[in-house]
Amino acid sequence: MKIEVAAMAGTLESSDVQITIEPAEQGLSLSISSSVLGQYGRQIKRVVLDTLEGLGVRHGRVTVVDKGALDCTIRARVTCAVYRSAGITHSIPWGEVPVNDPSR
Amino acid sequence: MMNSVGRDIPDALLTDGKEVFRGSHHRDGLIYTKPGPTVRAGVKPLHSKLLPNLREAIVQCGIKDGMTLSFHHHFRDGDYVVNLVMAEIAAMGIRDITIAASSLGSAHDPVAHMIETGIVTGLQTSGIRGKIGEAVSHGKLKTPCILRSHGGRVRAIEQGELHIDVAFIGAPTSDEYGNSRGTGGKSDCGVLSYAMADARYADKVVVVTDCLVDFPNFPPSIEAVDVDYVVVVDAIGDPQKIASQATRLSKDPRELKMAEDCVRVVAATPYFKDGFSFQTGAGGPSLATNRFIEAEMERRGITMQWAIGGISQSTVDMLHKGLIKYIVDAQDFDMAAVRSVNNSPGHFEISTSQYANPMNKGAFVNKLDFVVLAALEIDVDFNVNVVTGSDGVLRGAPGGHPDAAAGAKCCIIVTPLVRGRMPTVCERVVTVTTPGENVDVLVTDYGIAVNPARPDLIEALAKAGIKTTTIEALKDKAYAMVGVPDPLDFYDRVVAVVEARDGTLLDVVRQIRPLEL
Repeated sequence: MKIEVAAMAGTLESSDVQITIEPAEQGLSLSISSSVLGQYGRQIKRVVLDTLEGLGVRHGRVTVVDKGALDCTIRARVTCAVYRSAGITHSIPWGEVPVNDPSR
Repeated sequence: MMNSVGRDIPDALLTDGKEVFRGSHHRDGLIYTKPGPTVRAGVKPLHSKLLPNLREAIVQCGIKDGMTLSFHHHFRDGDYVVNLVMAEIAAMGIRDITIAASSLGSAHDPVAHMIETGIVTGLQTSGIRGKIGEAVSHGKLKTPCILRSHGGRVRAIEQGELHIDVAFIGAPTSDEYGNSRGTGGKSDCGVLSYAMADARYADKVVVVTDCLVDFPNFPPSIEAVDVDYVVVVDAIGDPQKIASQATRLSKDPRELKMAEDCVRVVAATPYFKDGFSFQTGAGGPSLATNRFIEAEMERRGITMQWAIGGISQSTVDMLHKGLIKYIVDAQDFDMAAVRSVNNSPGHFEISTSQYANPMNKGAFVNKLDFVVLAALEIDVDFNVNVVTGSDGVLRGAPGGHPDAAAGAKCCIIVTPLVRGRMPTVCERVVTVTTPGENVDVLVTDYGIAVNPARPDLIEALAKAGIKTTTIEALKDKAYAMVGVPDPLDFYDRVVAVVEARDGTLLDVVRQIRPLEL
């Protein structure tokens, strides 16, 4: 999937995560801030990258502002931001989004 | 050297007789000599000890570089005294000060800057939060901060490990001779328990008040015989933040369920009988326990002999209803408690030494049947952390937690299984503040676990039909929900030491190394 325009999903509420995704020419860049960075930073990074890979996103600038969201929330917010940035608003395959989730 | 809770204490800290923690009763029976303060005789009749301002008090006390100044925290987040005194100290160019407070909170954020500039180079406290916590966690304080429980602080004073050069005692009322009380003024805090040891053991004692009353201000919490000077300031604190108007009882169903489970546990033990004693912490589930225990006491037709700890409305109400015979009070959390102490029959002020000092000849906590306490983290060895956040930054207070846990026959920790993404029940707490050997039962919103060291309690709960699980199973459940946390990364530098109640070293806090992704 191609990142066409800047898009955002999620909030800054506790237990949520706010994902901002912007177009980029070459490759993926990721910036992560989190209230639980020390313990879950690596896991957050892995979940975001896996979700992007599952959606076929290869280029983009992604900003993650995490307030202690669980993995399922992070996946949902990333997915939503990607669909919005690609201008897809109809017929979204909710529940069967092809995310790369090794636990399922 | 490894201590008995599996924490490696650097040898460099084991000097001047300092030892590692070897179990809660290791120092039972120790013979020691209490130090005496160096004081100035007030032989000549003197009608007033009033000085015009704090600066004059600092001059008269001869405060100079390297001295130790003490404060109490009865004004909690409404305290102005620490900042008023320290602003003068800074303005006078005095440096290298150790602040020995019974606790510090976010009201004292200005001290963080004094740490960075070397005006403050030592801290000895129970609570450490806000900007001070950040500054210390990032290695800005010149010497390691010493964290003690409330009882441990009095012990350190009475054993001579904490020598106070000058004590500044904020008092809601004082007369011109220094007799001070916690009530009758415009910034009432009820009791002055934390400051009592300071008044007796500091070389110089300055009472700071915003309400001067007629002599004699009796009965006094701080006696004029121990006071050198009295200074009147505009305000010693913000009354709104000293004692809340009314303690809000939780309506959160999760907290109420946990509180109800705590009372089921209490009622299942053999200690729940007529004449029992009880302590709860403030805050959510532990406070709500009072509500449910009242109903259970009425059902069984029993009364409580005495309650202790941070006192609030619900405890005072039970006293007035005749369900509690005595309240012994070392800290007030709301106006109901402030109004009641030394006023309601049976509601008495006690010193912090009486409350919790492990090395006097027997403190109240030693006679406790139950205590219900919270936790930031608890691990599979039942060790509790109440001082560092899961991110390793100092933001809490041992307070009376280790004291009450060590004394009570049954110590119950009540905490949600997870807070946001952080697992409260974990493999290994970041910092040990209360050793697991003093913790008997864990109540969470996902189940109850009893310390295997207490087979008697396991049996009592089973007999009462209370389902329990293991703490490992609770940890696994937490990790399944939020994921397994990575261990935090620290530099070698020790930024704080956690003393056990008896002065042995329970743990150290090291400087946090931020994660770079």
